Amino acid sequence: MENNGGSVVAMIGKDCVAIASDLRLGNQAVGIASNFDKVFPVNDKLYYGLPGLATDVYTLKEHLRFRVNMYRMKEEREITPKTFTHLVSSTLYEKRFGPFFIEPVVAGLPTPTELDPHPKPFISTMDTIGCVTTPKDFAVAGTAADKLYGVAEGLWEPDLEPEDLFETVSQTLLNAVDRDALSGWGAVVHIITHDKVITRTLRARMD
Amino acid sequence: MNSVLTQLQPSAPHQNRLEEQDELDRTDAASWGSMAGFGNLDRTGGVQGMSIPRVSDPTSFLDMHTDNMSSNPDAKIKIAHGTTTLAFKFQGGVIVAVDSRATAGSYVASGTVKKVIEINKFLLGTMAGGAADCQYWETYLGMQCRLYELRNKERISVAAASKILSNIVYQYKGMGLSMGTMVCGWDKTGPCIFYVDSDGQRLKGDLFSVGSGSTFAYGVLDQGYRWDLTDEEAQELGRRSIIAAGHRDAYSGNTCNLYHVKENGWDFIGNYDVNELWYEYEGKKKAERESQNAAAAAGASPMAVEP
Repeated sequence: MENNGGSVVAMIGKDCVAIASDLRLGNQAVGIASNFDKVFPVNDKLYYGLPGLATDVYTLKEHLRFRVNMYRMKEEREITPKTFTHLVSSTLYEKRFGPFFIEPVVAGLPTPTELDPHPKPFISTMDTIGCVTTPKDFAVAGTAADKLYGVAEGLWEPDLEPEDLFETVSQTLLNAVDRDALSGWGAVVHIITHDKVITRTLRARMD
Repeated sequence: MNSVLTQLQPSAPHQNRLEEQDELDRTDAASWGSMAGFGNLDRTGGVQGMSIPRVSDPTSFLDMHTDNMSSNPDAKIKIAHGTTTLAFKFQGGVIVAVDSRATAGSYVASGTVKKVIEINKFLLGTMAGGAADCQYWETYLGMQCRLYELRNKERISVAAASKILSNIVYQYKGMGLSMGTMVCGWDKTGPCIFYVDSDGQRLKGDLFSVGSGSTFAYGVLDQGYRWDLTDEEAQELGRRSIIAAGHRDAYSGNTCNLYHVKENGWDFIGNYDVNELWYEYEGKKKAERESQNAAAAAGASPMAVEP
């Protein structure tokens, strides 16, 4: 984690979820790139973030892309956030004795079905070997995780509308990351709603 | 008067503590008004009661519990670290520029640290390494410099001041002091910079940069440095170097403090937000690129070689 730095935060709102990350890629103390995205889409209702060792970010991302595509072809439907979480979890546990140095965060809106016409927004997070937690409020991971907890605990409130959730998640990320030497150097926020995904890059501190 | 003066004479610090004590006991305490000394200073002006952990090997004890010696970065006690500081001499005096970030591990403990220590009107010290070590010993150095002035009716030279500091840290060598400092000032000989660190090294030079971001600062500094820089150019070079280091180095940043030492003492030039200045510089670079592209598109062929 401390090799490349980086942090991700996800939050639940009213019929929306947010996931945001910083853009730093470092080599210990030295900043290398300020465009290193750690949040990827599975589809337009489901995103996930992979803070941790940069080489594993790429490996795991491609690995998950393969497995999600296989799932799509076999099932002929999109994967739900909950199923995707378990897919990530078992992928991580496969490497129980030589883990990926990554703590994933998943955020998505499950599509309504006949059985569940009003599904709740979903976020989850895992440790490096796939132990899942599914918080009702927010999930944090990365080198600024402890700082993110502090700010999120203070700013988050239930049932935020998309624009308010954007403000909350942005302020949480920006302020946490400014207290972490290994995160920052730009930030990107995704707000997932039923009809669209809003993606914005933030003007973050560059030091 | 003379007896007071003799008592004010600098003592060979520490090693002859017992002999000194005997000598002091023999002198008349009434001439001082007090037997106690001042604060933690004993009656010779030396530091009293610098306590040392009561274990068989204090050095390894300290090393075990702090990240001070960097051999043990996982230690629970994180001492404030990480810095970019620089100082250089030029035609118009000395420029001193520093950042203001203090980190404990990867936690940014503060973004408003004063890393330039104003020793007196003509002397500045910079802070890199252990914040407390620098702050304490450079303040102490300020006192010693004032005593020197009173004793000799003349300002202390930068060389002598820096030597007081280097002699102190050498006495504590191997005990975990961590400081990399530049003692800068103006004396009879003109502008002067000495680099002093906790290994006991003391170097005179025209240009130094110290700390985790020093390599980045040197990069900018070396490409822009000339002896005949104007005051404005020199200040801008110091500032730009700190911004560059604050940008690249995770353990430097937040703000830049800039000082200019001239013949009549130092001036505080200003405090600048590293982030705001970085965006300003990036904006200028972008505008420059665009105007060049526009010029290339309007006139000469893109292959044209500049005269």
